[in-house]
Amino acid sequence: MNKFIRNIILIAIVIYFIYYAQKHFDSYTLSILDNIGIFAILALSYNLINGIAGQFSLEPNGFVAIGAYFTAILLIPTDTKLDMFALVDPAPIILQMKAHFLPAILIGGVAASFVALLLSFPVFRVRGDYLAIVTLGFGFIIRIFAINNPAYTNGAMGLNDIPEEANFLWIGILCVITFLVMIHVIYSKFGRAMKSVRDDEDAASAMGINTFKMKTYAFMTSAFFEGVGGGLLASMLTTITPDQFSFLLTFQLLIIIVLGGLGSMSGALIATILVMGGMEWLRFLDDDIKIFGMDLGAHPGMRMVVFAILLIVMMLFARRGLLGDRELTEFFKKKSK
Amino acid sequence: MDMQIFLQQLVNGASLGSMYALIAIGYTMVYGVLRLINFAHGDIMMVGAYFTFFAKAAGLPFEVAVLIGIIGAAIVGILTDKIAYKPLRDAPKISLLITAIGISFFLENLFTVLFGSTPKAFSAPEYLTKIFHIHGIYLPISVIIIPTVTLLILAVVLWILYKTKYGMAIRALAFDIQTVKLMGIDADRIIMIVFAIGSALAAIGGIFYAISYPSIDPLMGIIVGLKAFAAAVLGGIGSVGGAVVGGFILGFTEIFVVAMFPELGGYKDAFAFFFLILVLLFKPTGIMGQDLERGRF
Repeated sequence: MNKFIRNIILIAIVIYFIYYAQKHFDSYTLSILDNIGIFAILALSYNLINGIAGQFSLEPNGFVAIGAYFTAILLIPTDTKLDMFALVDPAPIILQMKAHFLPAILIGGVAASFVALLLSFPVFRVRGDYLAIVTLGFGFIIRIFAINNPAYTNGAMGLNDIPEEANFLWIGILCVITFLVMIHVIYSKFGRAMKSVRDDEDAASAMGINTFKMKTYAFMTSAFFEGVGGGLLASMLTTITPDQFSFLLTFQLLIIIVLGGLGSMSGALIATILVMGGMEWLRFLDDDIKIFGMDLGAHPGMRMVVFAILLIVMMLFARRGLLGDRELTEFFKKKSK
Repeated sequence: MDMQIFLQQLVNGASLGSMYALIAIGYTMVYGVLRLINFAHGDIMMVGAYFTFFAKAAGLPFEVAVLIGIIGAAIVGILTDKIAYKPLRDAPKISLLITAIGISFFLENLFTVLFGSTPKAFSAPEYLTKIFHIHGIYLPISVIIIPTVTLLILAVVLWILYKTKYGMAIRALAFDIQTVKLMGIDADRIIMIVFAIGSALAAIGGIFYAISYPSIDPLMGIIVGLKAFAAAVLGGIGSVGGAVVGGFILGFTEIFVVAMFPELGGYKDAFAFFFLILVLLFKPTGIMGQDLERGRF
C-alpha cells in the first residue's frame, strides 16, 4: 500500500511538472521537451520488442510513418485536403476520414499495430533473425507506397497544414502513460514470458509458453505506441513527407536503447535525454570544422559516423549499457536471499 | 509482347539477376557459418565499387582498378569480421546484429562524409560498353559478360566448397561450429576466408552495378543489399546454388513485371520484399535450402 501511494504521488508530481512547463516555459524549451517526449515514447516501445522480447527489429521508422500519415489524414480539414492534393484528386475515403485529436492518434496506433500483426505471421513462424531484415525492408517499402499512391498520401510532396494540436501536455502525459504501460507489461506474466523467450527460446517453449504469441504481443504493443508517437510527431511538425521517416530515425532509437541498456525502461528514458542532448551538442561536427586555421570544410553526416562508432564500441565493450536489463528502482532494492 | 522485346528483357533480366546473385552468395555463406545477417554486406559492395572508381581515377588501367576494388573490399570484409564480429562470437545474437547494423551505418556515413553524397559518374572502358545490334535487339556487351562471369564465379565457388579442404571446413562449420573446433580446425581462419570470398564477390557485383547504371553513391548498397538478401532467402539461405537461383529469379521478375505492367514501375524495389514475405510464409527453407536449425540438433 505504501508503495502504491508513493507511486501515485510521483506520477502526480510529474504530471504537475508537465502542466507547469506547458503554462510557463518558453516555446524553444518546449520544442526541445516535445522532441524528448516523443522520442521517449518511441524508445520505450522499441525497447519492448528489442530489449524485453529479445527480437532484433528495425521497425520504428515504418510504424511511425503509418501513425503519422493516419493521424495527419484524420486531422486535416476536408477543404485543406482538396487544396493540398496537387497531383491527383484525393481518394473519396481520404476526404471522409475525420476525427478529433485523441481518436486520431489512437487510430494511428491501431493501424500500426495491425500492420505489425500482418508482418508477424511470416516472420515469427520461422526461427532465425528474419524480423530484422523484414522490418528494415518494410521501412523502405512504406516510403515507396507513400510516393506511389498520391491519391492517398499526396506522393513525394507529403502532407502539410496538419493542425498543431500536439503540445507538451499531450506528449508528456502520453509519455507517462507509455512508461506506466511498459512497466506494467514487463512485470506481468506476459513480460516474464517475453523475457524467457529472449533468454532461451527452447526452454521457454518447453515450459509451455507460446513463443509465437509472446513475440507477436511484444511486436504489436511496440507498434501501437510507435504509431501513437508518429501521430504526435505529425501534429507537432505540421508537415510530413515520405523521406522524413528514413532509417536514421530507427538508428537514433537503437542508439538510445543500447545506451540505456537493452531491456531497461528507466534506462531508455535517461538515454533519450542524453542522446537527444548529444545530438544537439554534436551538431557542430556537421558544420565547418577549422583545425589550426585549416578549413576542413563542412561534413554533413559526421555526427552519424560518430554515433555509429559509439554504437559499435558500446556493443564491443559495454554491452549492458547504463542500466543493463534492470530498472532504476531495482538498484536500490536489497538483494533478497 | 513480341519476340524481340522478350529477348531484350531476357538479357536485361539475366544481367540484373547476376548482380543480385553475386551479392546473395556472400549473404548466404556468412549466414551459413555464423547464422548472422551481415547487414554491412550491401555496403561492402559499395566499398568495392568506390575503390575501383578511385583506382581508376588515379590513372590505373581498368583491369588493375577492378582487382584493387575486389581486394580492397575483401580486406574491409575481413576487418569488419576481426574488429566487430569476432569479439562477439559468444555474445547473445542480438548484440551481433546490432553491431552489424552499426558497421553498415558507419560505412554509409563515412563514405558520405569523405566523398559526398552526390552520385559519381562511373565510366567503364569502351570494350565493355559497346552495343551490338542483332535483329532489333540492343545488346550492350556488358549484358553478355556479366552473366557469363557470374556463372564462371559460381563454378569456382562451388569447386572451392566441394573439392577443396577449405571448402570442406566451411561446410562443416555451417553444420556445427563447436565440433569443428574440436577437430583441430582453426574456425576463425575459415570464417575469415568466408568473409574474404563473400566480400570479393560483393565487390564484383558492385562493379557490375556501376557499369550497368553508370554511377555510384554511398547509399547504393542498401536497397541492392536488401534485395540480394531476399534472393538468398528465396533460393534457400545457406545454399550457394540457391543464392544464384534466387538472384536470377528476382532479376527476371523485376524486369518482366515492369515490362508487362509499366504502371507497376514505381513498385520495382518492393518485389523483393514480397518474395521474402511469401517465402517465409510458405517455404521458409527456400528453393534449395535445408533446415539449418534442424541440422544442428
